[in-house]
Amino acid sequence: MISGQWSVLRRKVTDWSLVTLLMDLLLTIDGVRSAVKERTTTAFAFAEAHYARIQKEDGAIGAFLTLCKERALEQADRIDRMAAEGKELPPLGGVPVAIKDVMSTRGVRTTAGSKSLGHYIPPYDCTAVARMEAAGALILGKTNCDEFAMGSSNENSAFRPVRNPHDLSRVPGGSSGGSAAAVAADMAVAALGSDTGGSIRQPASFCGVVGLMPTYGRVSRYGLIAFASSLDHIGPLTKTVKDAAIVLRTIAGRDPMDSTSADLAVPDYAAELEKPVRGLKLGVAKEYFGEGLDDEVRQAVESAIDKLKGLGCEVVPVSLPHTPYAIPTYYLIATAEASSNLARYDGVRYSYRAAGVKSLSEMYRRSRDEGFGAEVKRRIMLGTYALSAGYYDAYYVKAQRVRTLLTRDFEEAFNKVDAIVTPTSPTAAFRLGEKSNDPLAMYLADIYTVTADLAGIPGISVPCGETREKLPIGLQILGKHFDEATILRVAHAYEQAA
Amino acid sequence: MKVTEKDVSYVADLANLELSQSERTSMVRDLNSILDYVERLNELDTSSVEAMAQVSDRYGVDEAKQGSARFAYREDVVEGLRKSLSQEVALENAPDSDGTFFRVPKVIER
Repeated sequence: MISGQWSVLRRKVTDWSLVTLLMDLLLTIDGVRSAVKERTTTAFAFAEAHYARIQKEDGAIGAFLTLCKERALEQADRIDRMAAEGKELPPLGGVPVAIKDVMSTRGVRTTAGSKSLGHYIPPYDCTAVARMEAAGALILGKTNCDEFAMGSSNENSAFRPVRNPHDLSRVPGGSSGGSAAAVAADMAVAALGSDTGGSIRQPASFCGVVGLMPTYGRVSRYGLIAFASSLDHIGPLTKTVKDAAIVLRTIAGRDPMDSTSADLAVPDYAAELEKPVRGLKLGVAKEYFGEGLDDEVRQAVESAIDKLKGLGCEVVPVSLPHTPYAIPTYYLIATAEASSNLARYDGVRYSYRAAGVKSLSEMYRRSRDEGFGAEVKRRIMLGTYALSAGYYDAYYVKAQRVRTLLTRDFEEAFNKVDAIVTPTSPTAAFRLGEKSNDPLAMYLADIYTVTADLAGIPGISVPCGETREKLPIGLQILGKHFDEATILRVAHAYEQAA
Repeated sequence: MKVTEKDVSYVADLANLELSQSERTSMVRDLNSILDYVERLNELDTSSVEAMAQVSDRYGVDEAKQGSARFAYREDVVEGLRKSLSQEVALENAPDSDGTFFRVPKVIER
């Protein structure tokens, strides 16, 4: 791709200001890697150009919390030396990427968007981050997010909200809003995010980029700061579907450090993209087109489905009857798990400690009180309540049983179809402050995404047009367990045709 | 009203949270509103439905095995899967330490 656009660089220019100029074009993983490999420019120049871009744009957006320039430039040097020696570059050789600040990075501050980890410097790398770096990626820095990944707007960051690059008065979605905004504003070629209830796909949809949540167990969670362990997934946010495929292949696969990571072969997802979609059966569930769906979003998604029909896909009505129960199920299970996972922030070993405390119990309470924001406390309280004596069966176990029903809905639908297409979010990006005083209204922003997390199936959001106000809209494609290849293929076919 | 201010105090205690008076008031309101909403789960008869704790006991495991044997238990490794952190590294992020131990306020009052 874009071979003509590279001609400027082919004059052996290594001045990074030229790369900055070129960043107004679509920079993809293969584009960057081959430019570095053919020595038309350098990984170093790409890194510098991205930092220049961050310097210029990120004051207004707020996508990054921490930059790790030294680490990125050292890696760039390594990649440039390989290119100079004529060696084959690894799949992400020289590609500048951003990492959501819930993934541990050795020696680089990792906050999870929380004051309680405001000064935490992990002694080890998250497996997904290590795999990205081993594949040649340059880690530019850590991206802003809702505190402990709890939120749908990025307004729950303890540091600052992220703003949507398409309209600075609007949210970028959440919780991986910094990662989505960084990619959308060309401050990174690709990013890693995490998805517990929609936190990759919903911000991807709001920011007009591609966001992929892999199957539960496809990507190791080792080094991911835990929110809800049975629901947490790491996945890519990228400019193209092909890039999502390349990143997924890089980070997927068994990791002995995460016993829930699946011991299954990892396909070459990018190679599978070109397989035809003709004859694939796509399910459309009426439960995803009901009350609350914005008209412009509905129209965009329906015309995307028509386009897929035009490519030879067969559209089949399916029923996912328990969908209305997904949000309550999610908010009981996710908060129960979170209340347990967040017990570790006690002010003893690495998290924030309140000053002037006189007893151990006062230290625990005040450290947690001052370290956590309002939404995190709300979820810890709800989760603790749902797990407490007398309520455990009525709330937590009940939700676990409904989780089985939600999973069976998908199993039955996938007996009939290869993938299911839905809107990613009921609306385009909303305004900052619009939902921040009503927790329930905020939770409903995840209405089309949470069910996939509960069932552990993969889902991807791909841009499918914009509203009259020029706000991006996302098409969600859900697939069978461990069948990321099919949803990537459908998303790619749509992207190419659109 | 399911949740009273007394419940909030009790749960805050369990969760090791202090919560200011205004936080307690809004917590009563928010928890009741969320619990009212989750009430709809009781429309479903789940008496014969299994509870599902996680998905990896359904997928990505050896189908031929049953029960807990389906999980890929690993062999014990004497040194662990990775080296333990040294004392020095483990203490690096500590809010307070004496170089050997984490230091906390006195636990037992005499």
